[in-house]
Amino acid sequence: MTPAAAGADAKPLVLLSQPSDSGLTPVMEGQFRFVLAADADAATAAEARVLFVPGLRPVTADLIDRLPALELVSTISVGLDHVDLDACRRRGITVTNAGPTFSVDSADYVVGLVVAVLRRVAAADAHLRRGSWATDGDYPLATKVSGKRVGIVGLGSIGSLVARRLAAFGCPVAYHSRAPKLPPCPYTFFPTVRALAADSDVLVLACALTEETRRVVDREVMEALGAGGVLVNVGRGGLVDEPELVRCLREGVIGGAGLDVFENEPDLPVELLDMDNVVLSSHKAVATVESIRGVLHTVSGNLEAFFAGRPLLSPVAL
Amino acid sequence: MESLGVLLLHPLDTYLEQELDRRCRLLRLWDAPLDRRGEFLLAHASSIRAVVTGGGSGAGGDAALIDALPRLEIIACYAVGFDRVDLTRCRERGVRVTNTPGVLTDDVADLAVGLAIAALRRIPHADRYVRAGLWKANNGHYGLTTQFSGKRVGIIGLGRIGLAIAKRVEGFGCPVSYYQRTRQQQAYPNYTYLPTVVQLAADSDVLVVACSLNEQSHGIVSCELIEALGPRGVLVNVGRGEHVDQPELVAALAEGRLGGAGLDVFEAEPDVPEALMALDNVVLAPHMGSGTRETRKAMADLVLANLEAHALSKPLLTPVV
Repeated sequence: MTPAAAGADAKPLVLLSQPSDSGLTPVMEGQFRFVLAADADAATAAEARVLFVPGLRPVTADLIDRLPALELVSTISVGLDHVDLDACRRRGITVTNAGPTFSVDSADYVVGLVVAVLRRVAAADAHLRRGSWATDGDYPLATKVSGKRVGIVGLGSIGSLVARRLAAFGCPVAYHSRAPKLPPCPYTFFPTVRALAADSDVLVLACALTEETRRVVDREVMEALGAGGVLVNVGRGGLVDEPELVRCLREGVIGGAGLDVFENEPDLPVELLDMDNVVLSSHKAVATVESIRGVLHTVSGNLEAFFAGRPLLSPVAL
Repeated sequence: MESLGVLLLHPLDTYLEQELDRRCRLLRLWDAPLDRRGEFLLAHASSIRAVVTGGGSGAGGDAALIDALPRLEIIACYAVGFDRVDLTRCRERGVRVTNTPGVLTDDVADLAVGLAIAALRRIPHADRYVRAGLWKANNGHYGLTTQFSGKRVGIIGLGRIGLAIAKRVEGFGCPVSYYQRTRQQQAYPNYTYLPTVVQLAADSDVLVVACSLNEQSHGIVSCELIEALGPRGVLVNVGRGEHVDQPELVAALAEGRLGGAGLDVFEAEPDVPEALMALDNVVLAPHMGSGTRETRKAMADLVLANLEAHALSKPLLTPVV
């Protein structure tokens, strides 16, 4: 496909599904002409071949269907649960995501949360900053990280990096995936999340949110994980039955949690704010300079490739 | 060892205290008010043959105590660090000293790496941010930090704990360098030895103190080292507070001359400088390197095993002197 015809502005047109607050588009503004979809006039909407999604606000079938020439939806996230993939499939629209750009930072953050929950790093830091070390004494004893059985839900790009890292802490690693990985995968496969949880001390969620995985962590899974078990979620809040999670934490059905994502960000259940055995985080597992630089490279690479008719960098199989 | 008179210097661990009480003739130094300790020691000196002490700021084992106990035979430390014990005086008097190496290696290494990630990725800060309602108030915004994987890790002291730290950070693709007093006879092909600690700091993004405290390592984290580590460097201390020039460290962090820190130990625990508590680029821990139920029980069992071996004139399990 040839780039847009010569005219007042020869830069290819890219619609934005929402305003970009991550500072990406100013850098790419030299290469592409960005127009907010909500502000596009009829002619622009009819012409647009590419929709760039610079955040997590929903990309609905309604929006997609208002763009008759749309061929590519390009996201800055790795998760696609906010995009109506059925509508994309129906229209034959290609979707690209962040690819493996975020995987290292996500995996590092998982390990950070695992240690922080089990060893009470955040709670003890708060204890100290309140002056309680001086007045009330040492923080109560926590539990060892090394040797804890780790169960990873989703042994993809992020999950496999988590496995390598926690294996170096002497943690036996097991996993659940849609299908077992081929040898020489050294980790034990479990056919269900519940079976994995029953054999784990730490349950890590590193899978995509889809219709199949919505609320995959329910009461049954948490009961299997048990009173000594902890849950770590850097996937999506929707993977967990959130009200049930709060009940299970309150009742001691599970021992703790490290949560970077919630069902209704930035809102989260107020009961969590009083819990010492929970580490709360503001959806920042990939919020590093390196990841943002990396995803910019991926996005601009995908857009350049699209307009030049070259293979895309990170297309997703729908 | 029912006839072994043991003096416990300060409360350490309920299980340890109960076992000492059950299996030995236990005396608790804190039963005497602070200003009557001298009298207490005098009154009981003839029966005290063993002392049990910890590793924090309240620990003891100095010359004054040793001199006050003419029948002292052994000091058992519930810690791997024995810097508070006057080893010279012990050698002069023929007093044995034991510590608890090995059983706490994993815990300290786990925490050291956990503190490094927590500092670089600002995990406790995010937890405070969310609990204070700031995530909601700022419309779901949070700033950027820097990646942990691949950062150059420098370790001061490649002993048991240093090696365990090295093994863990290798899982993150972190290149490892180290400094210690004596270059290891066995080569570590994956780790780079640097001949001075300042060179190590200059070559590191994350510098971890994992060595024992002695005359040479006192104040090893000096003004010069902090400057070499620099405004993007992170210091992790799981050694002793006295390894660090604390006022210099605090100033460097507050002024941005040092990028961040993860600190488990301080000069005068449990006192922590107010200036540190105000900073978001530091993670502060109340000396909990070995603070897990599993490890403290293993440490207690090792203290008891050493005392029992001594009482039965058998070889000590983990002697220092």
